[in-house]
Amino acid sequence: MSMDRIEKKVLLRAPLERVWRAISEPQRFGSWFGMAVDGPFVAGARVPAKIVPTQVDAEVAAMQKPYEGVAFELWIERIEPMRRFSFRWHPGVPEPGVELRDEQMTRVVFELEQKADGVLLTITESGFERIPLARRAEAFAGNEGGWEMQTVLIGKYLALEGGG
Amino acid sequence: MFAALGDPTRLRIVSRLCDGGPLSITRLAEGASVSRQAITKHLRALERAGLVRSGQAGRERLWTLRTERLAEARRYLDQISQQWDDAIERLRAFVEVDDA
Repeated sequence: MSMDRIEKKVLLRAPLERVWRAISEPQRFGSWFGMAVDGPFVAGARVPAKIVPTQVDAEVAAMQKPYEGVAFELWIERIEPMRRFSFRWHPGVPEPGVELRDEQMTRVVFELEQKADGVLLTITESGFERIPLARRAEAFAGNEGGWEMQTVLIGKYLALEGGG
Repeated sequence: MFAALGDPTRLRIVSRLCDGGPLSITRLAEGASVSRQAITKHLRALERAGLVRSGQAGRERLWTLRTERLAEARRYLDQISQQWDDAIERLRAFVEVDDA
């Protein structure tokens, strides 16, 4: 199994144009992904973004809450309407005090293909081997702590829901 | 990491540490076609990549493979993969309903 790339394929039962707008329009992208994007997606742009809780899933929004406001950038690469959208970013959750280097960004590609029963979306993230192994291992250890904290937060969140 | 492993000498070092580590540079150099200096250089590169570590044992320095690093890096990728699965479900919820 590759240590350099992740590939996901999903059939979305929605019109091509709606799927394209959901990934290529910053506001729509942000509302399902869980980020606020400050600027249009145009090739060559470096677009500032911040983590904001997603609007489509309350539970996930609660998990993203601790990271609210964490800033990062999307470096937009290619935009081919209705077909392909790609950008570079730093994968995972930004860690305080860890220097992020441009050459350690990964590339994310969204590709759309019209099928008889929907739109086949392929998401590929590649370039993980450019990130030093030690950093990947430490990022995992750090995230594990983060997930534990988030589990506690979810517990509190659900208790509040149940009590209210 | 594969950049760190790419050289045949390095692969041989990793393979020997995997089978019979911890080993000294002297032991690693046995039967190798390269010098001790070259092996030291490769060990340093592997150390920078987080794949090996060394410790003093008496008068010798012994080198060990850090297999847990490979496992952690694998889990890091699994975790990002899981985050994409979650994001895709949110995208599905977003596009498969009438959001106009």
